[in-house]
Amino acid sequence: MTALRAYLLTDDAQSRMQSRLGQAYRRWLVLRGNPLAMVGLFIVITLLLVAAFAPLVATHDPIEQNLAHRLQPMSAEYWLGTDALGRDIFSRIVYGSRVTLFIVLAVVVTVGPVGLLIGATAGYFGGWVDTLLMRITDVFLAFPRLILALALVSALGSGLENAILAIALTAWPPYARVARAETMVVRKSDYIAAARMQGASAFRIILGHVTPMCVPSAIVRSALDMAGIILTAAGLGFLGLGAQPPLPEWGAMVATGREQVFDQWWVAAFPGLAICICALGFNLLGDGLRDVLDAR
Amino acid sequence: MITSGKDSPKGGVSLRRFGSIGQVVARETSTILATFLGLLIVTFLIGRVVPIDAVLAVVGENASAEVYNNAKVELGLDKPLLTQFGIYLVKILQGDFGVSNLTGNPVFSDIATVFPATLELATLGTLIGVLIGIPTGVAAAVYRGKWIDHLARVVGLFGYSVPVFWLGLMGLLLFYAKLGWVEGPGRQSVAYADLLSPVTGVILLDAAVQGEWEIFWDAFYHLILPATLLGFFSLAYISRMTRSFMLTELQQQYVTTARVKGLSEGRIIWRHALRNAVAPLVAVIALSYASLLEGSVLTETIFAWPGLGRYITNSLLNADMNAVLGGTVVIGAIFIGVNLLSDIAGRLFDPRTR
Repeated sequence: MTALRAYLLTDDAQSRMQSRLGQAYRRWLVLRGNPLAMVGLFIVITLLLVAAFAPLVATHDPIEQNLAHRLQPMSAEYWLGTDALGRDIFSRIVYGSRVTLFIVLAVVVTVGPVGLLIGATAGYFGGWVDTLLMRITDVFLAFPRLILALALVSALGSGLENAILAIALTAWPPYARVARAETMVVRKSDYIAAARMQGASAFRIILGHVTPMCVPSAIVRSALDMAGIILTAAGLGFLGLGAQPPLPEWGAMVATGREQVFDQWWVAAFPGLAICICALGFNLLGDGLRDVLDAR
Repeated sequence: MITSGKDSPKGGVSLRRFGSIGQVVARETSTILATFLGLLIVTFLIGRVVPIDAVLAVVGENASAEVYNNAKVELGLDKPLLTQFGIYLVKILQGDFGVSNLTGNPVFSDIATVFPATLELATLGTLIGVLIGIPTGVAAAVYRGKWIDHLARVVGLFGYSVPVFWLGLMGLLLFYAKLGWVEGPGRQSVAYADLLSPVTGVILLDAAVQGEWEIFWDAFYHLILPATLLGFFSLAYISRMTRSFMLTELQQQYVTTARVKGLSEGRIIWRHALRNAVAPLVAVIALSYASLLEGSVLTETIFAWPGLGRYITNSLLNADMNAVLGGTVVIGAIFIGVNLLSDIAGRLFDPRTR
């Protein structure tokens, strides 16, 4: 253990790998000193584990209806009660974590590369390409996110895939902004000039030499973005435009509990609490990561 | 922006000022126009990808081929896409957003009817956010690391993490159903509905002007919960930004100078530091005001509040695309307008940016 620590913390790294690992370890030490970030990390890891082992964690089938046991309060049998169709709320929340994570990952995986590429292209070429691309970015930024997502989903039709597409279409502009700013900094550097003199095409330079420089800030950005994505997805689900029943999506679960909220409050309360805790976890972790990875 | 301060001599900047203000206005205007055009392109395209057949929606399922074709020509759907966009553009600029299939009224007049309700909600929400958020943010910056700072941080993080529709439901459950402190969903109790002749459409104002205090208080108790809810989100954002602006200002040398001169700490904080934070704060408040219009979509659904947000969601659930896109254009245009206003306000309040 001590040997490993010494290996990681040495000022005199023998290889690239050692210095990289050492840097990562130092960052981890900083992150570990931030209790709020640790709480966030704990929540996110718990979420990942629950989603991965949902069948083991859940106590009931999340889809199967049992009308004899509808709207039961919390008990030893139904930890968080049952909904209007007699489904166990705890098990539905557990399985719902998969839906939420799927949405978040799908959005980030689509949005990150697209935003990076657009931003890097705009920043690298400058001139009218930059103006055009940034104008488009501004248009999407000028739109309130949920409204645009609503309009898109209403046009495309409701459903999980369309909700993801709509959120992705509203989420890319900040990535493009960040990537453009980073590209403006590096595009005049010597290594880019060297690559250009070797005859590398603009496409190759953007993809291979510029975009990688923008990745760290994009990671920070996406960590901070995830809570927003969760909330937008839950909002769409709540309005009935996201995941369709009987899929256990948290926002849609709150919507089904809405009618009974004054009498059987738990049906709406617990899925909402799950959304809240998850979003909080990503926010806390994102805040901590920003302090570590992004000095500005 | 970065270069002008350091490299060029001060005189050069002030000499160029007259020319640059004209340029700034021209650039701002063209940016606004381009953004608005982009907005319309997006809504137009969304309108085109709808799987709902716009002609069928008008003529009905059982129309003959002839009626169908006539309606298609009438709607301009037989023309090339670019021509269609041109027609759309002219119509929007004339305030013609089409007719809502759901209400049968022109979308524009529908929106004009529901908008005051949203305005009332968002304005009171922003007011709450500003009145609590700014003092909280200032206190958090001044007592950095103390309990008030932590409290502000927790409240802020909660505001960024809680779904508005869920908090609204829980608020109704607690303050309406359990405690009975406020009135339930809706804008007015049934007994008071439509008693007031609308002047501005903002019930609180109308009732106060006409001296109908019973109606005023009834409307107030309906309004206070959704407004506080929106105010909470506004407060979370405003206090966080105020804290960060104040932290920057309090580290400046002029603050040290003021302290050396023996000014009271209160005067330094409120008259010196906060004053310099006003320009960015105005932009933050404007932005939060605009985003409350967006937050109103979910809030109004929960509180059955007859505003623009509920109009959009209702239309959405009934596949009334004219109404949805009309509402989207209006909210988008307000966003653009607010951004422009906050830019101008920033210039007015901060001489350095002139």
